[in-house]
Amino acid sequence: MFTKFQLSAVAVASAAVLSVLPATSSAQQTLTVTSWGGAYTVSQVESMHKPFAALKKINVVSQDYNGDLAEIAAQVKTGNVKWDLVDVEPAEAMKGCEEGLFEKIDASKLPAGADGTPASKDFGPGLVLPCAVANITYANVVAYDKAKLGANAPKTLNDFFDLAKFPGKRGMRSNPSVNLEWALIADGVAPADVYKVLGTPAGVDRAFKKLDTIKSSIVWWKAGAQPPQLLASGEVVMSSVYHGRVVDANQKDKKDFAIVWDGQIQVPDMWAIVKGGKNVELAQEFVRFATSTQPLADQSKYIPYAPARTSSVAKIPASNPNKAWLPNAGHAGRSMLTDAKFWTDNGDDLNKRFSAWMAK
Amino acid sequence: MDKGEQNDLIRRLRKAEWRGRLRAYALIAPLFVFVALSFLMPLGSVLLNSVYDPVVPEGLPRTIKALSEWNGTRDQVPPEPVFAALAEDMKEAVRKERSGPISGRLNIEQTGLKSIYMKASRRVNAQEAGPWMPFFEAADPAWTKPAIWGTIRNLESKSHSLFFLSAIDMERKSDGKVMQQSDEQRIHVAIYLRTLGVALTVTLACLALGFPIAYLLAHLRDKTANLLLILVLLPFWTSLLVRTTAWVVVLQKEGVVNSFLQGLGLISEPLPLIFNRFGVVVAMTHILLPFTILPLYSVMRQIPASYVRAARSLGASPSLAFWRVYLPQCVPGLSAGALLVFILALGYYITPALVGGATDQLISHFIADNIGRSLNWGLASALSSILLVAVLILYWAYDRVAGVSNVRLG
Repeated sequence: MFTKFQLSAVAVASAAVLSVLPATSSAQQTLTVTSWGGAYTVSQVESMHKPFAALKKINVVSQDYNGDLAEIAAQVKTGNVKWDLVDVEPAEAMKGCEEGLFEKIDASKLPAGADGTPASKDFGPGLVLPCAVANITYANVVAYDKAKLGANAPKTLNDFFDLAKFPGKRGMRSNPSVNLEWALIADGVAPADVYKVLGTPAGVDRAFKKLDTIKSSIVWWKAGAQPPQLLASGEVVMSSVYHGRVVDANQKDKKDFAIVWDGQIQVPDMWAIVKGGKNVELAQEFVRFATSTQPLADQSKYIPYAPARTSSVAKIPASNPNKAWLPNAGHAGRSMLTDAKFWTDNGDDLNKRFSAWMAK
Repeated sequence: MDKGEQNDLIRRLRKAEWRGRLRAYALIAPLFVFVALSFLMPLGSVLLNSVYDPVVPEGLPRTIKALSEWNGTRDQVPPEPVFAALAEDMKEAVRKERSGPISGRLNIEQTGLKSIYMKASRRVNAQEAGPWMPFFEAADPAWTKPAIWGTIRNLESKSHSLFFLSAIDMERKSDGKVMQQSDEQRIHVAIYLRTLGVALTVTLACLALGFPIAYLLAHLRDKTANLLLILVLLPFWTSLLVRTTAWVVVLQKEGVVNSFLQGLGLISEPLPLIFNRFGVVVAMTHILLPFTILPLYSVMRQIPASYVRAARSLGASPSLAFWRVYLPQCVPGLSAGALLVFILALGYYITPALVGGATDQLISHFIADNIGRSLNWGLASALSSILLVAVLILYWAYDRVAGVSNVRLG
């Protein structure tokens, strides 16, 4: 049993706690920004979160997730929204927008570029969606370990599908996007026609047939950190990989990985605002600030991803070691941009077929 | 003592008992609330999600009403009023921003229906009034075929068994018949069997490896036994993820095992030890081994050594004494270990994901896939419910055969 003294002590203590709690939370607004983690999140924290927090005198808290819409859907459906902003890929941005998980973003309010170009011209095609605005584009590429392959190195995407010339396992992401496009490109479809072909049942069959030719040699990966590890351990001779991870492994772990730029598929990463959050207006301001010219240009100091604005590309100095690694730095070979609309319309069906195909 | 006094006494006694009971209930109330909130409620919502699916009935209420008033058969195309009702529903869905969920839900039942729906939905507001049938036909000729309307009728009720059908590789066609899914879509039954197979293999491996270890531990001097027991417990206390990743290091192509065997000259090419079924079974066996060793050990320690000695002195050979006298007394520990390992193995997710290939994923992988990627929570719930029921049936069958009272954890 509590004595009278203990009881009053508890009462005083809890009163003190209760009075402190609202005081601290009202003093500084907190914006929770969720992204993919690793070097990529660092690049956003340094070039976007910190300047925005200083400008607005607020806290910006960073969290990591794996890109699934599930957690966001759970937050919105239960009315308990903890994340104000998330970094999503275009297919998820469109799907989340349709499912009512994201706020609309008014494109006309995006600021003009530092050189005066209006935002509508400054962003590349497909980089501003109804519910999301891109900050960078990265590339899905094939990479290999120079130390292991040496002179007999793959040169084109076709080599990735050539088990006779390059025997051994290949790493691929356990996801239909990129893999299906690659299968068609390696089968001779021009990058510009890939989605037209993939939009037909015969085209889908053709892509799966091409994938069948290397299916027995595929090691599937899920997280972006896996392919460099698979390459380093010699588990695979080449792997699909987010190109930034290759640069990171070369710079930080002193690896000698090389990129086959032929067949690169560029994918934007975009800011989206979770519907029903407590700081929607502030989040809108964050998007406008974070995707303006200077933060986007600064971001490339930390990661070799291409800024979404043309005016930002112009601001990257030649001394920046990442400049040569940007996906649009004039690499030889075929390249294409992922089509968010195609994946929103066909993603469900292709996901289903791909899961079933993988499991057999 | 007269009758009144007696009744009073009884009442007072009851009152005192009641107070005591109330105190007991108050003591377990936090536990009860915890179980209800963290276990029963989520479980209930999973079961509910697997049959309750209001998206289409709430999204297309006029269409469903018009369809039921029309009363046509499933091989006919409905008349104009149904098209007009659909146009009304579509307009409202656009206004409420519900087109995505509705078309997505329809698409789960009929491949390609999402883009057919969205094509009409994107231009429905451009037209004020009917006739609507030509409008839909112009948007996509599929609207004037019976299939779509059959699919909508399949979804007309807020609760249905479509998710469960899909979970066992069946589907209700647009003509209302329940049939097997097409060959390329059929995966779940095979995955359930695979899950049972892997769980069974791991259980047998755990018993085979765990029994001698537990025997050794139970028959050593206490001091040595405790020391060795720490070696069993130490990995048990290490994170599951760390232990799984350790197996990646050990089993990979240029890993410890392959380098060692190649160094000895036993093999010329590295063996494929990981990203296949072998790797999954090895890693899962290692992780689940303590769950067999610990109950077995505590049961074995309580078996008096005198029984085996008595059997021997009565003329039994060592193997007979073991089979007829020692082993039967171990059964409670064996049962407990096997049941624990088997049920835990059924739900394994992260270990197969990291050391298995695409054809080694267990059912939990497909549950997660439906939650995370396809956002088909209904199917995920149905798959989970079936797994839950399978565990309950196995538990019941086990109880019938071996008796759960036989299980002893120590």
